[in-house]
Amino acid sequence: MTFQPELAAIRFGCGLSPVIAPPSSPQVILRSLDLPDDIATRFPVEPFELYLKRLQYQNRLRELQRKAKSDADRKEAREALQKLRRTTRDESTLWFVSTLGRRAWTQVPFRERLTQFWADHFTATGKGGVMMTAMASYIESAIRPNVSGRFENLLAAAVSHPVMLHYLDQDNSAGPNSARAKKSNGKVGLNENLAREVIELHTLGVSANYSQTDVRELARLFAGMSFEPARGFVFRENLAEPGTKTVLGKTYGKGPAETGDISAVLRDLARHPSTARHLSTKLARHFISDTPDPGLVADMTDRYLETKGDLAAVYEVMLTHPTAWSEEAPNVKQPLDWMGSALRALAVPPAQLKAIKPGKVRQMFLQPLALMGHNWGRPDGPNGLPEDDSAWVSPQGLAARLQWAVSVPTLLMPDLPDPRDFVTTALGSRATDNTRFAAKAAETRWEGVGLVLASPAFQCL
Amino acid sequence: MTQPDLTRRGFLARSALIGCSLAASPLLTPVSFAATPWDNRLVVIILRGGMDGLDVIQPVGDPAFAALSQSGRARKPLPLDGYFALHPALAPLVPLWTAGELQAVHAVSTPYRNKRSHFDGQDLLEAGTVDLAAGTGRDGWLNRLLQTVPGAEAETAYAIGTDNGMILSGDAPVSRWTPESDLTLSPQAVRLARRVMQDDPRFAAALDQAFLLADSDGDPLAVTGGQREMMSEMMQDMKAARTGSAAQRVADFTAGRLRADSRIAAFSITGWDTHDNQQAGIGRALAELSRTILALRDGLGPVWAKTTVLTMTEFGRTARVNGTGGTDHGTGGAMLLAGGALNRARVVSRWPGVDEAALFDRRDLMPTRDIRAHAGWVMRGLFGLERSVLENSIFPGLELGDDPGHLA
Repeated sequence: MTFQPELAAIRFGCGLSPVIAPPSSPQVILRSLDLPDDIATRFPVEPFELYLKRLQYQNRLRELQRKAKSDADRKEAREALQKLRRTTRDESTLWFVSTLGRRAWTQVPFRERLTQFWADHFTATGKGGVMMTAMASYIESAIRPNVSGRFENLLAAAVSHPVMLHYLDQDNSAGPNSARAKKSNGKVGLNENLAREVIELHTLGVSANYSQTDVRELARLFAGMSFEPARGFVFRENLAEPGTKTVLGKTYGKGPAETGDISAVLRDLARHPSTARHLSTKLARHFISDTPDPGLVADMTDRYLETKGDLAAVYEVMLTHPTAWSEEAPNVKQPLDWMGSALRALAVPPAQLKAIKPGKVRQMFLQPLALMGHNWGRPDGPNGLPEDDSAWVSPQGLAARLQWAVSVPTLLMPDLPDPRDFVTTALGSRATDNTRFAAKAAETRWEGVGLVLASPAFQCL
Repeated sequence: MTQPDLTRRGFLARSALIGCSLAASPLLTPVSFAATPWDNRLVVIILRGGMDGLDVIQPVGDPAFAALSQSGRARKPLPLDGYFALHPALAPLVPLWTAGELQAVHAVSTPYRNKRSHFDGQDLLEAGTVDLAAGTGRDGWLNRLLQTVPGAEAETAYAIGTDNGMILSGDAPVSRWTPESDLTLSPQAVRLARRVMQDDPRFAAALDQAFLLADSDGDPLAVTGGQREMMSEMMQDMKAARTGSAAQRVADFTAGRLRADSRIAAFSITGWDTHDNQQAGIGRALAELSRTILALRDGLGPVWAKTTVLTMTEFGRTARVNGTGGTDHGTGGAMLLAGGALNRARVVSRWPGVDEAALFDRRDLMPTRDIRAHAGWVMRGLFGLERSVLENSIFPGLELGDDPGHLA
């Protein structure tokens, strides 16, 4: 079990490409994370700082609608709001195309995989109005720049982000003894949603040793975190809870509540041994196998603790461990990994991808992806996608993949490759007799290509 | 009789087309009630997110209730039995109550306590065990029910939707599908896809089922013709998948299967995690639930009389409304039952009260009975299961207790 370029490109990258060579060593993969993020410029996604302008505009229009003196004025404001939502929704489909295009053409595919891994770990999206389509911008600004630094920085960026504060109902949570709560006669108060998920999902993990009191105390510490369209993150002192709070036995916030206490508790949670174990296990399960080698997980956990959560150091342990290169029981690609790797194997020209209209993006990509089990931008819950392979090899999921494979590539590329060559392009040394036979025997190019993409070898990492 | 949904003509066409072994297929078994283990039907709907039982079935007769709920729970609930009242968004189900086809169970929960995680809570609800450490793996209680019945086949039970719930996972074969899925391929591609999937038995098994189901939904799997015909067929499939409400599609599909050879179906409805401005969220979720139940009743026709629908959630929510007009994760909650197999309309509960001293952890509705006991008694009534099978195999560690008398 040693490093193999092809396996590295599939397992830790976005699959094989006819034009981009696979990596030559684990060090090459690790060092690539230090390269400038060129592909993000070629396939842009709106940063959240710009997305905030849309929220500001929405607020202004809502205000105009409220204050309108005549029905005609009110109607005009309402129509402008509808148009804003429609254009934002349409533009967000183009950000999805960029997400796929990056996978097809990047020289640093490990960054795309890590971005999706951490975006899923910190699942958050909008719940109404223009916010509904903010997920891509949240990932671009909070997750993507932080995937190879200290985990505590990633954690702080995700947890304090307006989309997360909104998604997990933190933005209006008020400490029970806050100025705001006192004024409201008990009508406003704490909401413990974000605090619970930070402990249970983002850091310690549900099997760690913590109590309802810890959740409650963390919610008391978090009270005050909110956002405004004009400024992004804000700390509202009138929502903050005065006095000390004790999380996992450690006391925070002796004076008036402030953001420094929140940074401190997040740092302590990030460096906790349970967090180290939880994250190492999840990374190994995601990239290598549903049942990763316990020695690998232990080594990753140790390195995490030694380096106070330096993610690049943890990735290094994973990539240089012999069991990372085992071909026994490989994972099944998640739908986005699979679809992205199909576009990479086909080398769909960037101009072709960027020319797809929003309605077609939904029909050709987003709806099929939802049938495969990944409703992009509309997660079922903050726990993200399942890691178990059994979740992806279902009749309905496989039907959706097979149908997409035989129909969508030909719509994207009128001149599909010869399936007999494509077997090797897409699968390399993984090509089996059955896939070679199917590629040769298919009656049309598009079915030949589709059968290669739907084959078990292509669906596995 | 409607069971030749999978028609003789369809079967012949398929065998000629695919030309390989269907020996394990339920299609080779003569379709009759004798081939299925029972005549009664069970539908389990998992309400993911934690339904606020205190909002849906409001204990308006409990003097402590009003003080807990200011501005978060629905006002003007619909009276049921004088003590409990129904959330107004469930008004469409009142005719079922009048007809004796709606019940509720209150102050129940799974054995899950203290951590209040959705995901562990749902896993435990679907596993049907006392805790997740018992090492049952991904084995669900409906699957263990099938394992106790010699006549059960894959077609007997359906898991519907894209979320692949654990409740039906396990050693007994079950069917999985979602009504939005369809497949259209050339006859040659159908043959070649089978060959390609032989490289991995997991994929081969899933493909077998996908082909059978895609071919039994009224439009054929294999289409001869050029690219244009194929594309137009596929675009039509995609359009069909988007028309009407998701609830209606799932209910129609479920009813179709249960009218034929299936006896058990499970799917889920999301949208119950109402931390903030609860009335907006729970109103939508309850509307979806009532549409689903009514569509099941309409779709099942005469079979409704033999059907029980159980709606179960991972936990209830905090007794007090929180600071943002919603409720946080709690413990005890409510279960709704619907169906023509129920004996009469009623709310079953050993009511613990909601004054602070009576609450679990001084915050949540105290569970006074294991929700599994109610599901167990319903299954005992529908399928004639032995008490020991329920207590040892299906719900290990459960004390079944007295019969709450749900069924006629």
